[in-house]
Amino acid sequence: MSAVNETLDTVRSVTESGYKWGFETNIEMDVAPKGLTPDTIRMISARKEEPSWMLDWRLRAFEAWLKMEEPHWARVDHPRIDYQDIHYYAAPKKKDGPKSLDEVDPELLAMYEKLGIPLKERAILAGVEGADEAPQRQIAVDAVFDSVSVATTFRESLAKVGVIFCPISEAIREHPDLVKQYIGSVVPVADNYFAALNSAVFTDGSFVFIPKGVRCPMELSTYFRINTKNTGQFERTLIIAEAGSHVSYLEGCTAPQRDENQLHAAVVELVAMEDASIKYSTVQNWYPGDANGKGGIYNFVTKRGACLGDRSKISWTQVETGSAITWKYPSCVLHGVDSVGEFYSVAVTTNHQQADTGTKMIHIGKGSRSTIISKGISAGQSNNTYRGLVKIMPSASGARNFTQCDSLLIGENCGAHTVPYIESRNPSAKVEHEATTSKIDEDKLFYCRQRGMSEEDAVNLIVNGFCKEVLKELPMEFAVEAQKLLAVSLEGSVG
Amino acid sequence: MTAMLDISGLTASIGDKPILKGIDLSVPAGEIHAIMGPNGSGKSTLGYVLAGREDYEVTGGTVTFEGQDMLAMAPEARAAAGLFLAFQAPIELPGVNNANFLRTALNAIRRAHGEDELDAVQFLKFARAEMKRLSMDGEMLKRNVNVGFSGGEKKRNEVLQMALLRPRFAVLDETDSGLDIDALRIVAEGVNALRGPNFSALVVTHHQRLLDHLVPHRVHVLAQGRIIRSGGPELAKELEKNGYSAVLAEAA
Repeated sequence: MSAVNETLDTVRSVTESGYKWGFETNIEMDVAPKGLTPDTIRMISARKEEPSWMLDWRLRAFEAWLKMEEPHWARVDHPRIDYQDIHYYAAPKKKDGPKSLDEVDPELLAMYEKLGIPLKERAILAGVEGADEAPQRQIAVDAVFDSVSVATTFRESLAKVGVIFCPISEAIREHPDLVKQYIGSVVPVADNYFAALNSAVFTDGSFVFIPKGVRCPMELSTYFRINTKNTGQFERTLIIAEAGSHVSYLEGCTAPQRDENQLHAAVVELVAMEDASIKYSTVQNWYPGDANGKGGIYNFVTKRGACLGDRSKISWTQVETGSAITWKYPSCVLHGVDSVGEFYSVAVTTNHQQADTGTKMIHIGKGSRSTIISKGISAGQSNNTYRGLVKIMPSASGARNFTQCDSLLIGENCGAHTVPYIESRNPSAKVEHEATTSKIDEDKLFYCRQRGMSEEDAVNLIVNGFCKEVLKELPMEFAVEAQKLLAVSLEGSVG
Repeated sequence: MTAMLDISGLTASIGDKPILKGIDLSVPAGEIHAIMGPNGSGKSTLGYVLAGREDYEVTGGTVTFEGQDMLAMAPEARAAAGLFLAFQAPIELPGVNNANFLRTALNAIRRAHGEDELDAVQFLKFARAEMKRLSMDGEMLKRNVNVGFSGGEKKRNEVLQMALLRPRFAVLDETDSGLDIDALRIVAEGVNALRGPNFSALVVTHHQRLLDHLVPHRVHVLAQGRIIRSGGPELAKELEKNGYSAVLAEAA
């Protein structure tokens, strides 16, 4: 099937069903009562069979959160969130707990299929023999189904090289020393309102540990879903790359269609030691609300990586098309000498979506370098803001940053805003900022159509051209998915 | 002889302002016609209206292209039917690689004709051969569509697109303006290469010199939204020598 036909199919399926991924899976849920009190936190901690230090840590975060105010500096606007009207825990009801993947609920496997999890992974999930061969193409999935990680694949082949890839709740039980050492070390419990909330109530997420000198033999991948009405999703992810190790982590998300707003406040912490590198890629496609701006996910995320070691590298790549509100600034704290931080982002807003996203690059180490490539696409009545900070500390002699912020406007009623902050406290640092704004206008569309292209072909061509510097940073399979997602997201935005 | 393109009583306006005030023009298959005329006479509008630009409102008349009612067709359907407009001011598409643009366009037209699409390798082979024939630098394929192109390069890029898309009917809107003599020759060669019993063209120009390389069958003078005079190639020479005033006075 040609890519174009495939795109047409995708578009068709989306236009017919409104939101392709807007289905609900009927698996019995075990839900905590609404509201947030120390008892809710004790219940979560007990359900997760956590050690007492973890509970204490959560309660400290809760204490801090109570004293904090919800931030309102971002260029987003939403009704007041009632934090006491949210369920903070939901887990699929355990019957006897699957001993192997064969015992995983068939409905869950069917759900992976609907989610479009690549055939390869589905084959592995289904236990097809030989599906785990050809190591360079392998992707391991740690699926977060609502709050409990249900299926984890590839554990054995990862374990052979000493890589730990498991639900964080399991890591808290099985690898407490590692978790205790690093959790909250990059994003402290009281870092910000949403991070504090997450620290108090997080229910699951991934834990990755790559030992010294190991190049992780496969891409690690997590598919998130939010699946219970009114359940906030609070994932916590922690990735530790020891000296000289390498890992590439993929995160992709979809969510069922709903009328009620759903709060999502994740925290991701990355730690890279000497000569280590972490590549973190996200394709985010949560329900953005309907054409009138009703419903949709509120996505308040704290993602931060610490380049602790010399010559370490952390690279964030994100394609953000979903959510009603996105508040997200994947950042790098560049401690190490000659350490490198990268941020590649495509953020698409249509209809009434609001995105306030960008990055922070904090240069501490000598000769640290950072690159920021941000592509914002706005259509409909949406608002798309790039907000970024480049901070050069006095110790960061010879630090360099290059920032490129491009905005593409489709139609007359959308907004693009660029808010770069630059603070340089070292005269030897070099900071560059470039910004452009362009428009998909009638001239461009007519030129393409005169050459035989449909309006959709033309928009896709221009959008993919606009985004290609970011898309090429994504792993191959993800790049193809992302291109389709862009086409689908912008379908009908012109004319 | 049946005309490939038949324009009858065509009127069009932009906003409330009438631009075309009744065009009658018939271009038989295999013929090249030139449209000349003073600035603001409606030459570019005619090209846009034929190609289906929505800013212009067609208020009356018909355009029949090989028996089809062209005014009822979307711009891309007209392109698929074989109409090509070489723009006077080609549009820049930042970030869009020229080769990718051309292949997307070519494949859209091939699809409309029920032909197989060309993959990247097949396309590059085809494009390079065409470029060689037109003495163009292959580097042009790697650059973004018209971005940072000189005026001459933009026009040559239009000719390249025409060569690859192989239209049955081309409208060249002042493709010669601002070109040096070598570039002019490329434009003329691009059109001449397509000449044949199933190719026609409407060449909008201010100058006789393009018509030296591209000898037209007929020359029409467009003024104030109407064709006020038509003749053979000698009419272009006469206009070059005497200017438009004599013709305009005659028509008044």
